[in-house]
Amino acid sequence: MLSAVIALSVLALLASFGLAIAARVFAVETDPRIELVEEALPGANCGGCGYPGCAGLAKAIVEGKAKVEDCPVGGEETRKAISEIMGISFEGGQVRMVALVNCKGDDQVASKRFFYNGIHDCASAALIFGGDKSCSYGCLGLGTCAEACPFGAIMMLESGLAEVEPDKCTGCGQCVDACPKGIIKMVPAERRLHILCSSHDKGAAARKACKTACIACQKCVKSAPEGSIVMDDFLAVVNYDFDIPYEVAEECPMNTIVVRDPGDDARSGCEEKTAAGGGA
Amino acid sequence: MEENIEGRDPQVPSQKKKEDPGPRFLVSSSPHMHDGRTVSSVMRLVLYALLPASLFSVYLFGLDAAKVIVISVGSAVIFEFLAQKLMKKDLRITDFSAVLTGLLLALNLPSASPWWLIVAGNFFAIVIAKQLYGGLGYNPFNPALIGRVVLLISFPVHMTARWVTSSPWGVDGVTTATPLAAAKESLATLGRIDVAFGKEEIISLLLGFRPGCLGEVSVVLLLIGGLFLIFKKVISWHIPVSFIGTVWVMTGIFHLADPTRFADPTFHVISGGLFLGAIFMATDYVTSPVTKNGMLMFGAGCGIITVIIRLFGGYPEGVSFAILLMNAATPLIDRWTKPKVFGAVKPEKAAA
Amino acid sequence: MRSRGFSGGVHPDYNKKMANSRSIREMPLPDELVVYFSQNLGAPSKPIVKKGDEVKKGQVIGESGGFVSTPVHSPTSGKVVSIEKRPSPVGSDMLAAVIKPDGSDEWAPECDVERGNADLDGEKIKALIHNGGVVGMGGATFPTHVKLSPPPEKKIDLLIINGAECEPYLTADHRVMLERAAEVVDGASLFASVIGVGKVIIAIEKNKPDAIKVMERAIQGKDGFSVASMDVIYPQGAEKQLIYALSRRKVPAGGLPMDVGVLVQNVGTAVAASEAVRYNRPLIKRVVTVTGKGISEPGNIMARVGTKFSDLIEFCGGMDADTMKIINGGPMMGIAQHSLEAGMTKGTSGLVLLTRDEVGQYCSDPCIRCGRCLEVCPMNLNPSHLSIFTERMRFEDAESYNVMDCIECGCCAYVCPSRRPMVHHFRRAKAEIRNRVKKAG
Repeated sequence: MLSAVIALSVLALLASFGLAIAARVFAVETDPRIELVEEALPGANCGGCGYPGCAGLAKAIVEGKAKVEDCPVGGEETRKAISEIMGISFEGGQVRMVALVNCKGDDQVASKRFFYNGIHDCASAALIFGGDKSCSYGCLGLGTCAEACPFGAIMMLESGLAEVEPDKCTGCGQCVDACPKGIIKMVPAERRLHILCSSHDKGAAARKACKTACIACQKCVKSAPEGSIVMDDFLAVVNYDFDIPYEVAEECPMNTIVVRDPGDDARSGCEEKTAAGGGA
Repeated sequence: MEENIEGRDPQVPSQKKKEDPGPRFLVSSSPHMHDGRTVSSVMRLVLYALLPASLFSVYLFGLDAAKVIVISVGSAVIFEFLAQKLMKKDLRITDFSAVLTGLLLALNLPSASPWWLIVAGNFFAIVIAKQLYGGLGYNPFNPALIGRVVLLISFPVHMTARWVTSSPWGVDGVTTATPLAAAKESLATLGRIDVAFGKEEIISLLLGFRPGCLGEVSVVLLLIGGLFLIFKKVISWHIPVSFIGTVWVMTGIFHLADPTRFADPTFHVISGGLFLGAIFMATDYVTSPVTKNGMLMFGAGCGIITVIIRLFGGYPEGVSFAILLMNAATPLIDRWTKPKVFGAVKPEKAAA
Repeated sequence: MRSRGFSGGVHPDYNKKMANSRSIREMPLPDELVVYFSQNLGAPSKPIVKKGDEVKKGQVIGESGGFVSTPVHSPTSGKVVSIEKRPSPVGSDMLAAVIKPDGSDEWAPECDVERGNADLDGEKIKALIHNGGVVGMGGATFPTHVKLSPPPEKKIDLLIINGAECEPYLTADHRVMLERAAEVVDGASLFASVIGVGKVIIAIEKNKPDAIKVMERAIQGKDGFSVASMDVIYPQGAEKQLIYALSRRKVPAGGLPMDVGVLVQNVGTAVAASEAVRYNRPLIKRVVTVTGKGISEPGNIMARVGTKFSDLIEFCGGMDADTMKIINGGPMMGIAQHSLEAGMTKGTSGLVLLTRDEVGQYCSDPCIRCGRCLEVCPMNLNPSHLSIFTERMRFEDAESYNVMDCIECGCCAYVCPSRRPMVHHFRRAKAEIRNRVKKAG
């Protein structure tokens, strides 16, 4: 018994000495800033920057291969901290971007063309006739974006739509790549008025496919400041460089234009417009 | 033609809604036909194949055997049900996999097993070895064997020292050692193998008139079950043949080298749990390789480990450990034996 | 005789009895034809008619959009009602000419003229086949003239006329062989003369003994022609498997039949080529098997390209209220339809109506690794691992396990006891891998 204890203890001691020596001898010189930058990064390893995790980006920043603002997730704070570590002057004022699902056609307003029986995943569903939704541009609602979101910022609504929670969204852009319909766009977080439709169908066809589709009537274009809403192939598109008065949303006959969470905005007194029975 | 999956079709289309203009169809990727075989039907076929050996075990060991089987199957199903409920998963009792696990574990136990031993074994088999890993399809090790081995290590007395000689309806069963244990014992005490192995012994070994686990004794009935499964294309011959063949060849070589220390290869093949293991446990889909070459390697590996444990290890029997060890190697074997895609080789010399 | 098969494959219920004894019936002109401008694999054709134009039967309404493309012709005389996107039988909505027949069914002047043998050389035949809009009619719709133009370094010494028709339910090719054997042989000899091969094999599965007999009679006196009776196993009609079964040549992975000196053409394509060359009749109609439990009168219908599925069904006596799945093509590789407003294309070999009790649904149960899919895969892949890789978004692994070589025959999903949507997984993986290649390059 005793001999066993002694033997094991000696073995352990020898091994630890060996490790200690190895650590000294084989130590690799690394730029200490890499570790500091990595600490400053959000540490979510979302891959939004295109590097393998935050450590990858930290290395790239220190080696000069990536820019300080390449982390799409970290806000101004992060950029400021990294700039300090790297000894670069920091210029603030970058706009925080969040993802937005440009579709409002839930199960109530947009019908299904058929019963889809296959893999529960938008990318797979889109391979079969472009998905089961009557509108060929709409959100398929199978949650591929929510799955791709490293921050759990995308909710799948009961009504069959994906919705981004702007507070949780870090703007990494993973969902934009994941959506097979390409209807998730990055928009400035401070902008609250959105046109939630991606359909380029002509008016009649769009209306047939979905009760809240943009029918290209151009009422919003006329009532909004010039250039702030533009027509793109039968679809009204917000130019987020402009701050559009929320009243414009009232103009839309299809309830396609919404004003999201105006409460915490400087201006108030404008309720969010929701579609009849919709969950937008 | 088609058998619908019991009550859990993903989206059964309801009759068309009234506001819809026309009929609406079910759309899916091709193919649109199926041969009708389901997980449940596969499991049922294996159960049928085990039925003769199970029923015969009741004849051999009496009501004790029936008790073991009933408690084991019952507790397996209950554990499966509870685990799926608690883990908030879809109930999959109807796939019969828990029934099969319970039956296989029962067939791997001595007839004198107390009820708590059986229940504990099934707890490890179903809850720990299967459901905690994600359920059927995700378990790396054969659940029934995990249950058996946990019991073997934790309760060696119950699992290795209370064998009962089989006799019609189990009326005059007396406690003895299994043939393999007797052989090992004689080697340890006498320094040579001392088991009677004449024509009469071979017949009783084949039929199952010998002490052992419930289901391992009747080699003939297990073989019939195995042939039924191969005929029904539930299993292929690769694993059983390479497993049993390897054991026969290896023990044969040792026997030729030193007949006093190593028993006859045929004795090794028909005396232990080899047939039960090779036909019903090693061929478990989830934990064995999917490629044919991989199956041959897997069977051979099982055979080699079994022989090493039997001849040189502390346990008289090594089939369970051998299969579990090879289970761990299954992903590796699958990777080694990745099938060569059609046309990957250079086209043969033009015939015309 | 050695076995005429390959490794893998399945034996589904063929269900061919419903339609195989029904002669081909000509379908009267429907009220409206939906002719897509994309009738072939490759580039779609360019519309050259506009709304309101009067067209004649056989008149070109869409020009070839490139080398791998064919012209599209008007299936009858009438008026172009509109050029618009219509639901397509194969994917997202496609641009189509909607034509209202005028009832006279009058040929364009250059069409339907018998041609002498005088100036027929290889190039001329190829041009006529191209102008006739002939595509592979087995379902893949690959332009025939492209197949007939192998690069000079590929020496082709064997022509296979594919009459295997291994898809369950379908009997269109069967009936074509029975009723138009002479044209099949004529088309085959045209193909043979274009590419200069002496050996022509007409491959027919053993379950069509009458077709074998008829074809054997039709090739009498034809030098180098033979009829091969093939094992009845799905997918016997898949190009690579058919070539292997007949010649033991293996088309290299990722390669084409011409890499092993073989050209495969469908029997229907041979008839279409014969018509296009001999009579200048473009491919504007084809035989469609309308069958399945859901249809009142199953049969083989000669219908115009562009005939809407609803019209086809109506012509066959309507469908059962219990019809739940309508398949363009056969049930193993065909595409389930969502709209009966879609029009048939040059590749529509059948319309199979399955009723509720015939339709099996997929569920995404975990793989139990039974290995049946490996046994039946004619391409010798590991579908089990491939589907698991795709499920876990491990597309690189799927690629290294040769998912791109999958021919989507569906054998794996047919036998899967967990009812996994295997082919769907592989389509997804292929799409993803192609996208990545596109992005990278």
